[in-house]
Amino acid sequence: MKPNDLPGPSQEHAVRQHWLSELAMAPPGMLEQLLGQIDATGRKPVTSWLRKPQTGLTMVRARAGGTGAQFNLGEASVTRCALQDGAGRVGIGYVRGGDVRHAELVALFDLALQDSTHQAELLTTVIAPLVAARVDVRDKASRQAAATRVAFYTLARE
Amino acid sequence: MYVAVKGGETAILNSYELLAAERRGDPEVAELTLAQIRGQMRLAVARVMCEGSLYDKDLAALALKQAAGDQVEAIFLLRAYRTTLPRFGYSVPVDTARMALRRRISATFKDLPGGQVLGPTYDYTQRLLDFSLAEASAAPTPPSAETPLPATSPRVTDLLGEEGMIEAELPLAGDPVPMDLSREPLRFPADRATRLQNLARGDEGYLLALGYSTQRGYANSHPFAGEIRMGEVPLEIIPEELGFAITIGQITLTECQMINQFAGSSDVPPQFTRGYGLAFGESERKAMGMALVDRALRAAELGEEITSPAQEPEFVLAHTDNVEASGFVQHLKLPHYVDFQSELELLRKMRSSSAKVGVGDTANQPELRATEREEA
Repeated sequence: MKPNDLPGPSQEHAVRQHWLSELAMAPPGMLEQLLGQIDATGRKPVTSWLRKPQTGLTMVRARAGGTGAQFNLGEASVTRCALQDGAGRVGIGYVRGGDVRHAELVALFDLALQDSTHQAELLTTVIAPLVAARVDVRDKASRQAAATRVAFYTLARE
Repeated sequence: MYVAVKGGETAILNSYELLAAERRGDPEVAELTLAQIRGQMRLAVARVMCEGSLYDKDLAALALKQAAGDQVEAIFLLRAYRTTLPRFGYSVPVDTARMALRRRISATFKDLPGGQVLGPTYDYTQRLLDFSLAEASAAPTPPSAETPLPATSPRVTDLLGEEGMIEAELPLAGDPVPMDLSREPLRFPADRATRLQNLARGDEGYLLALGYSTQRGYANSHPFAGEIRMGEVPLEIIPEELGFAITIGQITLTECQMINQFAGSSDVPPQFTRGYGLAFGESERKAMGMALVDRALRAAELGEEITSPAQEPEFVLAHTDNVEASGFVQHLKLPHYVDFQSELELLRKMRSSSAKVGVGDTANQPELRATEREEA
């Protein structure tokens, strides 16, 4: 088995995997703003707690040499919660760190996105801007790093 | 003899308040915020996360503020706090080949694919105090290149591996889950996974000194910094309710791949061997020290002669933890009145019995004799 060669999610899971990951990596302030937008258009789900937010630990694993035997590197704080709506759907939120509201926002959007009537629209109005913002942040950091790339040259003997 | 050990309550409570006042410092000066510590003391935060063995910048910044900047105390606070949190599970092993690089250098290959990217390093600074920092200044805007770095860059060790010049790092048969030192005590012999976990949360100064000792000849390991990379990797977990992996955020890691000479054995041709360091945050010195010590500790596995402290797992691994070390050294401050009294009594008995038989010279210890006279 190759490193990290995990069972992949099915096609329907793949799209949920994508939005849950983007929501978790998004700045919470941006999610609040987007929540305001979907609330204004009546897309915000009505929810109740299935599991209130709780902060705990996940042990981060790594591999010796990057590709070898697994080892435990150290823990990271993680906050999780679960919400349900009237239709019995369950939205879950998992975020690294201790931001309880961030986890709740992820769960809210997860529920909203499971509603097939709005899913395509929300993927465009919520998830696509999150991806664009994340790519922008990385692009800026990457260009700044690239500016410190060494351009070697050789002094030729006269 | 009975020695009262009660009676310090008021003194202790008052010491808390004095400590809080000293921590705050001059009330005329603005109080530090956690955002300031997190943003402007990021390397101190990284060290506390590493050795506190908990990736959480907010908690590490809080611990540093509470500890008034004392790193080992802050690490202790973080370790103590983590014991109050439930364990949700384990992550998918992070893949450092997918790292969004902010720094990546190799001391072994000048022209490696992706290039030598210096990133935010102190390496080429002149180490002259910059007095302009004594005053507030506008936020700097670093230069930006036309094109970003490639999305991912291969590890140098993977490039060398293609030629078979370096030992392969492959998962063990069946890719077993590693032993977890936060759940089970350290036992010997310790496998490499256990050693790496121990080193990952070990004291930076200790690993630096042990690594240094290997360079100075106490274990001949001829290291090269094959690659050092720093950047962000996605942290993935498989929630039980989903059954597939999701990214729950990113973490900053520093990885060091040391490459070491190896003469080969009856089974293995001469090749390069590897030492590995991985640390939370921007923690390059820590990752390098860890990689040197990891390689030194592989001496037995590689059939090398064990001659030096850095090659002795029992010695190295039992002393990496600065929370344990600090606790055991500092416990000497606790009342040992009874212990000491008994030793004093013993010493008196020995001296009086030796005086009776007329051996031993007590004339050169006038102080103790004076004390005895006083008590008589």
